[in-house]
Amino acid sequence: MDAILLQILNGLDKGGAYALIALGLTLAFGTLGVVNFAHGALFMLGAFCAVTFNKLLSLEQVILDPIKKTAWGTPLEIRSPYIEAWLGDFGALLVDYSVPVSILVTIPIMLLVGVIMERGLIRHFYNRPHADQILVTFGLAIVLQEIIKHYFGANPIPQTAPSIVSGSANVGLWLGLGENLVYPWWRLVYFAFSAVVIFGVFAFLKFTTFGMVVRAGMFDRQTVGLLGINIQKKFTIVFGLAAVVAGVAGAMYTPILPPDYHIGMDFLVLSFVVVVVGGMGSLGGAVTAGFLLGMLQSFSSMNEIKSIFPGIDQIIIYLVAVVILLTMPRGLMGRKGVMED
Amino acid sequence: MNGNSARGDWLLLIIFAAVVLTAPFTLSYIGAGYPDLLQKFAIFGIFAIGFNILFGLTGYLSFGHAAFLGVGSYASVWMFKLFTMNVIPAVLFSVTIAGIFALMIGFVSLRRSGIYFSIITLAFAQMSYNLAYSVLSPITNGETGLQVRHLAPTDRGPDYVLKLVDEDLRWIDQAFGVVEDGIPITNLFGIKMSGFEGFYFCAVLLIIGFFISIRISRSNFGMMLRAIKSNQNRLNYTGINTRPYLLAAFVISGMYAGLAGSLLAVTDPLAGAERMQWTASGEVVLMTITGGAGTLIGPVLGATIIKYFENIFSAINEGILQNLFSFMPEGLMDIFVAVVGMFVGKGWHLTLGLLFMVIVIFLPGGLMEGVRRIGNLFRRSSKSAAPQPSSQAAE
Amino acid sequence: MSNSKNEISRRKVIKTSAAAMAAIGAGPVFFSRGAIAGSHGGYCNAPTGKTVTLGFNVPQTGAYADEGADELRAYKLAVKHLNGEGDGGMLNTFKPSVLKGNGVLGKKVAFVTGDTQTKSDAARASAKRMIEKDKAVMITGGSSSGVAIAVQSLCQEAGVIFMAGLTHSNDTTGKDKRANGFRHFFNTYMSGAALGPVLEKEYGKERRAYHLTADYTWGWSQEKSMKDFTEALGWQTAKTVLTPVGAGDFSQYITPVLNSGADVLILNHYGKDMVNSLSQAVQFGLRDKQVNGKNFEIVVPLFSRLMAQGAGEAIKGILGSTNWNWQLKDPASAAFVKSFGAEYGAPPSMAAHTCYVQTLLYANAAEMAGTFSPEGIAKSLEGFKFDGMGNGPTEYRAEDHQCFKDVLVVRGNQNPTSQFDLLEVVEVTPRAQVEYDAAIFGGNLGSVNAKAC
Repeated sequence: MDAILLQILNGLDKGGAYALIALGLTLAFGTLGVVNFAHGALFMLGAFCAVTFNKLLSLEQVILDPIKKTAWGTPLEIRSPYIEAWLGDFGALLVDYSVPVSILVTIPIMLLVGVIMERGLIRHFYNRPHADQILVTFGLAIVLQEIIKHYFGANPIPQTAPSIVSGSANVGLWLGLGENLVYPWWRLVYFAFSAVVIFGVFAFLKFTTFGMVVRAGMFDRQTVGLLGINIQKKFTIVFGLAAVVAGVAGAMYTPILPPDYHIGMDFLVLSFVVVVVGGMGSLGGAVTAGFLLGMLQSFSSMNEIKSIFPGIDQIIIYLVAVVILLTMPRGLMGRKGVMED
Repeated sequence: MNGNSARGDWLLLIIFAAVVLTAPFTLSYIGAGYPDLLQKFAIFGIFAIGFNILFGLTGYLSFGHAAFLGVGSYASVWMFKLFTMNVIPAVLFSVTIAGIFALMIGFVSLRRSGIYFSIITLAFAQMSYNLAYSVLSPITNGETGLQVRHLAPTDRGPDYVLKLVDEDLRWIDQAFGVVEDGIPITNLFGIKMSGFEGFYFCAVLLIIGFFISIRISRSNFGMMLRAIKSNQNRLNYTGINTRPYLLAAFVISGMYAGLAGSLLAVTDPLAGAERMQWTASGEVVLMTITGGAGTLIGPVLGATIIKYFENIFSAINEGILQNLFSFMPEGLMDIFVAVVGMFVGKGWHLTLGLLFMVIVIFLPGGLMEGVRRIGNLFRRSSKSAAPQPSSQAAE
Repeated sequence: MSNSKNEISRRKVIKTSAAAMAAIGAGPVFFSRGAIAGSHGGYCNAPTGKTVTLGFNVPQTGAYADEGADELRAYKLAVKHLNGEGDGGMLNTFKPSVLKGNGVLGKKVAFVTGDTQTKSDAARASAKRMIEKDKAVMITGGSSSGVAIAVQSLCQEAGVIFMAGLTHSNDTTGKDKRANGFRHFFNTYMSGAALGPVLEKEYGKERRAYHLTADYTWGWSQEKSMKDFTEALGWQTAKTVLTPVGAGDFSQYITPVLNSGADVLILNHYGKDMVNSLSQAVQFGLRDKQVNGKNFEIVVPLFSRLMAQGAGEAIKGILGSTNWNWQLKDPASAAFVKSFGAEYGAPPSMAAHTCYVQTLLYANAAEMAGTFSPEGIAKSLEGFKFDGMGNGPTEYRAEDHQCFKDVLVVRGNQNPTSQFDLLEVVEVTPRAQVEYDAAIFGGNLGSVNAKAC
């Protein structure tokens, strides 16, 4: 029983992450009709916003020890963080909370990145074939990756969750189900965070005038343009929003998965599968598909299931994708006419 | 597109063959005249030509073609292990197996179009890769890759457990009494298939493959495929069932991929799962688009350039750069070495990414469009009225 | 590599090495030369000029790029020391050695580099380039067993020597051993043999172990060794679970551990997988757990300091094994750390160490044999006993071309004094304890291929 509950919890946790990653991608698909292979790179940039923020906070003053030497004969370096020297306990607290606080810098940075990307590159590709879009964004993704690798190296860089949520929560006790049902706090936080972001994006599109225009634009861009609305400007903002969603998803994910320059590529294929299974350009579909695939992946990894179908956990996502696309032509919630040309 | 172009096609083929066959001499001037890289040029040229038959003509973007490449490699190595080191049966078997595999996957995935088609093919390829790496290890030998091994002892007792991944049988070779000293190498009736001999074998197949692709492109079948690309709905409305044509194109391009995979095993008898990974599928997409999708020469050109980058740019290290800039004063040299070093050696991926971006932004039709633009420029300046056949064929 | 301190001598060594490299694009390599070259000494790529070219084939892109970069640093340092530049490093401690610091056999050592991308195909392609185009007489490198095995068999076919870098699978000198290939690094069997007694001492005889294993050949081989040795102690194996390589998020494999009744988790993962699975296992509170009245423990059989950095706090107190650690106090290790640290400003990793040692061993073997011919090299290396390379007395066993030496059991440092001080040595397991019969892994060494290429 506990095992099943844990796997459900795990599926929700994974699903939240998948949905969040796929959300920005499908936003760009649905509104702009752009296949953005650099979406994973945006996720990665977000993660490295958190890394950089943490690095800046923990910048250290280096004093060379006059007596002690390293094994290779240079003076030993004594390091002390500036921020703690200046701000005392508050500085230490800030370092502890660097990941969630980094969201505050990630949002403007990613918005800027998104806007620059849309204005400088994506805009010129609205009317180009998808293959061209794929190639140019893939090229951009490689360039962004290599730049990050040049400065941060190829090894993963660990980030820690704030100490108050670094342990695991005794979910079992909350539900009155015994001691063995524990789950990492930060993963619960991430789940809640993704729920808030997803809800926020939905509300934004549903209840604001801006959102209404964007939704109308998703439905029929030409007509909206004919109505005299500057849809171009709106699209820039939507792309910026997609970049922000990807970025914060990446930044908050760093305590779960130590980020390296390649983390975006690792998620790219998966997020595409989620989006397509959900239906191109359907936000609800992306979220549903995210949770569905997360759940399936979690359960297919259970030993009981693996002993019946060896290796099922390796292919389940792709298998389900194929089956869904064959039975439901446009994914779970796709509309006719999107990305079929 | 009539009599004139037929003559142009023959001219193109002859020029192509001449360029390919003289590559060992000409490419040595840019450091690429050694057998392994030449083989890779030819093999990935075949792969890209085949991919282009599907993508360039029909517009269906498959993200799973690496699966056929991998299947072709495995099929060939199994032929080497079980039957003979002669490459002919291996090549034929690989192309057949890849064709069957493509038929099955194509039959399923061609029920959808656009990005849905891409994702289904990607899903199939990723499943193949994941399984080949792990669960199917008894057939694929997993991470280590399937290799040609020593013969199993002939005096196997009844309780001898034959592990086919680690021991070979080579029934046909054994029936002919071939004596093996160590691990044998592949051959074509006695001609070894490594080194330059291997390259010429691949080159001949590349030229044949190129010839077939010209014929397909000029045929009614090719016309039908292009019609699918421009407007499939209209074809459907006129009562034409497009799927058989699509499936035929898919299978043909899968067979090209199988041939390429087989040749990888012929020139170097080892088959690994990583050949099936989605990045490998992505590579052939990039090759085709870089060179120019839908053109005849483009895919081969794209394959050559990307493989050249992978092998030559990645090998330029600090030492070579310092040698190159050694005429400069110390400080300036270090700056140059640092800046150029970002783009070569371990930074060769960066150059590749920038190259993709530049090509797509400025030359949407790939490098072939660049060639045509330059050609147009010359034509305008020389004011010749008649269109040149060679440039027309390279559209 | 901006942290180089020794600008002038670096410039010099690089120039000499570049001289032999027939700089890319500068000198045409003619077809005829490629077809019949190398026939001078009767063996492949026999050096004819004033230099001898070695091929360093390491991952420069992909997940192991940092490890590859460190290997490359070690190779360059080795070349420098062989050519008599710098402080000589382990050249001064290596014995018995006939190296004089004037190159090898009177020829200056030059090198070419290549990027394996940690893929067999790419690694073989770049090794072939070095052999066919750059005329390298020896290939060395690697950061994964699949790649090392693939390149080793290529070198066997081509007729050059392969000096394996970081490769830990039993297969490299077991099932897939080749007469032209030599490995200094240890293997999964030795990890298990060394860890066993320490695990018994630290965690007792009654334990239930749960294995998470990377689903490929190295993972299986590591799992088998750990299972055999822990079960020999009296431990039970609760479950062995295979995980896809590069899974990223391992949470769905960790949750079942919580209720399995196991009290030890053994992570047969390496590289990024290890970083991710270990940090996630710790997040799931496994280390705070009490099962069967005992503290829950995590074991990582193969530790690499470079990679361990990625796991951060999570590695503290975790037991594992390693081939070498820069904090060893013997004079050889100290000499190596000193010259590496002075050159690059950071201590060498175990990957760097094994690559450096392999280069010196090769050079010494050539000097002893008086030739670069693979036959001569093999004859010198087979059964070669040496010391002063950081691992104590070591022997290259003739039967399988595997080095036998002491193995280090290490623990993630609880109170690191610097960013490099991540592992502390718990025990140096003597060589006798990790030795095994060369026949147990099967395979066929074959004979040395020294044919002209």
